[in-house]
Amino acid sequence: MITVAQTLEAIRNSSVEDVLNQCIDRIESGTFNTFITVAKESALEAAGKMEGHTGPLAGIPIAIKDNISTRGIQTTCASKILGGYVPPYDAHVIERLKAAGAIIVGKANMDEFAMGTSTESSHYGPTLNPWDPERVPGGSSGGSAATVAASEVPLSLGSDTGGSVRCPASFCGVVGLKPTYGVISRYGLISYANSLEQIGPIASNVEDMTLLFNVIAGHDARDSTSVAGEKDYTKALVDDVKGLTIGVPEEYFGEGIDPAVEKSVWDGVHRLEELGASWKEVKMAHTKYALAAYYVIAMSEASSNLARFDGMRYGLRLEKDHDWHTTYSEIRAQGFGEEVKRRILLGTYALSAGYMDKYYLKALKVRTLIRQDFEQALKDTDVLIAPTMPTPAFKLGEKISDPLTLYMADVNTVPINLAGVPSVSLPCGFSNGLPIGLQVMGRHFDEATIIRTAYTFEQNTDFHTRSPEVA
Amino acid sequence: MREGSLKLRPYLDDVGVMIGLEIHVQLNKLNTKIFCGCPLDYHDDEPNTHTCPVCLGLPGSLPVINRKSVEYSIKVGLALNCTIEEHTQFYRKNYYYPDLPKGFQITQYDYPIASNGYINIEGEDGEVRIRINRAHMEEDPGRLVHEGGSIERSKYTFIDYNRSGVALLEIVTEPDLRSPKEARRFLDKLRNILGYLDVVDTTLEGSMRVDANISLAGGSRSEVKNISSHKGAERALLFEIIRQKNLLRRGGKVVQETRHFDEARGVTVSLRTKEEAHDYRYFPEADLGPIRVADWAPGIQETLPELPDARRMRFVSNYSITDDHARSLTSEKQVADFYEQVAAEVDSKLAAVWIADVLKGELNYRDIGIDAFSSEYMVALVKLVAGDKISEQSGVEVIRTILDEGGNPDEVVAAKGLLKAGGDIVTTAVVEVIEENPQAVEDYRSGKPEAVNFLTGQVMKKTRGRADAKEVREMIIQRI
Repeated sequence: MITVAQTLEAIRNSSVEDVLNQCIDRIESGTFNTFITVAKESALEAAGKMEGHTGPLAGIPIAIKDNISTRGIQTTCASKILGGYVPPYDAHVIERLKAAGAIIVGKANMDEFAMGTSTESSHYGPTLNPWDPERVPGGSSGGSAATVAASEVPLSLGSDTGGSVRCPASFCGVVGLKPTYGVISRYGLISYANSLEQIGPIASNVEDMTLLFNVIAGHDARDSTSVAGEKDYTKALVDDVKGLTIGVPEEYFGEGIDPAVEKSVWDGVHRLEELGASWKEVKMAHTKYALAAYYVIAMSEASSNLARFDGMRYGLRLEKDHDWHTTYSEIRAQGFGEEVKRRILLGTYALSAGYMDKYYLKALKVRTLIRQDFEQALKDTDVLIAPTMPTPAFKLGEKISDPLTLYMADVNTVPINLAGVPSVSLPCGFSNGLPIGLQVMGRHFDEATIIRTAYTFEQNTDFHTRSPEVA
Repeated sequence: MREGSLKLRPYLDDVGVMIGLEIHVQLNKLNTKIFCGCPLDYHDDEPNTHTCPVCLGLPGSLPVINRKSVEYSIKVGLALNCTIEEHTQFYRKNYYYPDLPKGFQITQYDYPIASNGYINIEGEDGEVRIRINRAHMEEDPGRLVHEGGSIERSKYTFIDYNRSGVALLEIVTEPDLRSPKEARRFLDKLRNILGYLDVVDTTLEGSMRVDANISLAGGSRSEVKNISSHKGAERALLFEIIRQKNLLRRGGKVVQETRHFDEARGVTVSLRTKEEAHDYRYFPEADLGPIRVADWAPGIQETLPELPDARRMRFVSNYSITDDHARSLTSEKQVADFYEQVAAEVDSKLAAVWIADVLKGELNYRDIGIDAFSSEYMVALVKLVAGDKISEQSGVEVIRTILDEGGNPDEVVAAKGLLKAGGDIVTTAVVEVIEENPQAVEDYRSGKPEAVNFLTGQVMKKTRGRADAKEVREMIIQRI
């Protein structure tokens, strides 16, 4: 995999244009279907203006998940319904990246509207896992993680609604962060489940991930949930966990966990113990309700957030016009994929008169209990450690036809989104050549401690130095 | 009072009319829309020129509350004697319609900004209290422009999003109104209060849109949607009462339905029956957190101006004018301010007569506002009349001339020669007229008192209206 430092070095030795062209060559010759749109022209134009830029990411190519609005670059959410939609404005994170000198090379593949755990629901075909092309890269930010794993780009952005950054980071052996809700502005992120999702940075190591996070985090007046205050997260890049207490929630090592995953994560906890941390088991009693609550809330919000896609002003159009009612129905019938329709229908049902109390309001109560679980568990611990995913990457087609089984894979990632706390996934081992992800969770706004824990682990292990063999 | 509603009154009582109103008020005195920074003043501009990703509902856009709109809403709530709770919260109301760019409207549901208020109006039988159920904030949708003018005839429809995202306050009454006239009075009173608060320019098209619910004898209610004027509301309700009454008399049943008021024809027509009522799937708008407003209300309460009722009562006691005059003078803040400026300089009772009875009548006739006449001119005019320099009739002429042609009172009086004629000229004219009209004099003496009117007229003609007709009449009677 490529690091930011290596890329900056390469730029110094040749030029921004050369490095960018090499990057685009790798993407275009890549075989994992990591991109929906490669923005060659605008990237080269940006590269041409990079002379003398002093931003922290000057000249660094970056891939953007295709649900983050980029002015002048097609943004589809991997859906047919948004085919050809070119946003007239940049998301807040894109403005920040451009100011920092990063060059947007294109829009990464994903599950349609970020709904999925495998990037198989993309209208533009599935992304393949660079460690094993017969396997999924995880989802929904599968393209974002795979492009980093395949050494196509050093950095990418994903979005995480129920694990959509951490799951593919785990399956692709890269580092991905779901920050505290409100730390990164969602302005320009096309909403799937707006009370749960956050944009998250992905990189090949903790330091690069932190560098990227530092650029995109911070207050934005255009997002009411955006939190005030700026921090320098790179200060947390400290190789030291002495005195730190790690909580290990037994509920995250439950039924269906792969023994290799369980062992790798425990090895990780013990490695940190050797480095000076202590650990204890913690109880998180409501974990078993998290998955159900998550899907009710996410689908309810999705049913409302996706209502605006009617094909009238942008995206898919019909050949022939009908009255507006028929036109809306036809466009939505043709434009949305199966998983999206399933979630819209379930969400609409859950919010309907008579069912609201039974499903949606009950799910909100569970959400409060989950949040309290985290507050309780993190009272006398500094971070929590658990597997990101219960298994390594599964095979393409293995679970897609069975949505419930697929939803079960999110069991360890969704509680974080319900609670709004931060969590990072980083590689901690391999099973039959497939990466395993370790998840470090922390208190609200305490990204510094999880970054420090992850950095220390990484500095004292070598899992992040391995790359898949890419032709 | 118009004859029609006088006749209708007992008829209404028999059938137990209940009317509730929902009034959408555009907070159009804000600088920007409710959830974005787009300017509000769009009325004269090209369609879709005041838009941004937020009010167009583009993917990825997020709403940010205009805090001033919350402040204005609290202000209205307090003026309507409402309670402002600890916190307020926005919800999504989900439905599909071409003017709604997001597929949902951001509005309020469980925690409206204001609730449980009232305003008092002059009812059919004296002052009555009309309860306000709640006032809630929401965004205006876009405006549909049907090619060809009507929804039935048009082949296609344009959407203008300039209006999309304008802050609305929806004020909902309890069904406390008992007649169309009361409904009209309520709306007028509400408009007056909003004018005092300086939060709405009610002269702009679409600034106050009314939905009216109406039922008879406790039966099903119909809802008449989107009435754009207060006069229209009165007419629509009158039509509905007669329609429902006739329906009941013929043994029919009123069905719960939504009706449209056809302003041109003065009739309501059925739009849809309630069986196909929407399930709006209200749920909290997570992109906007709850807003704690408990701390805002006391400060805003302090900034509330003196409202029409309080000002009316003060006028009666301070200026010793009648309640009717005080009511007329305080209905609009600008008129009340005007009156107070004038009353400070001249006799307050005389000022009340000249402003409430004369000036307002002339302004209404011309459909113009009080700013068309200066308070200094009014002071000068009242002084001229009070000092017996011009007749009342001339005073009216001065006002009319200034409104129609311009000028100031002194100029108009001079140009038209309106100064009251001196005593000698009048006396001379009286003597001459008596001499010139022996027949009329004879008629009067033989018991026809109306003959004196003719003689008075002749004197007024001779003095070109500068004499006081009452005085002239007295002088003639004394002399014949």
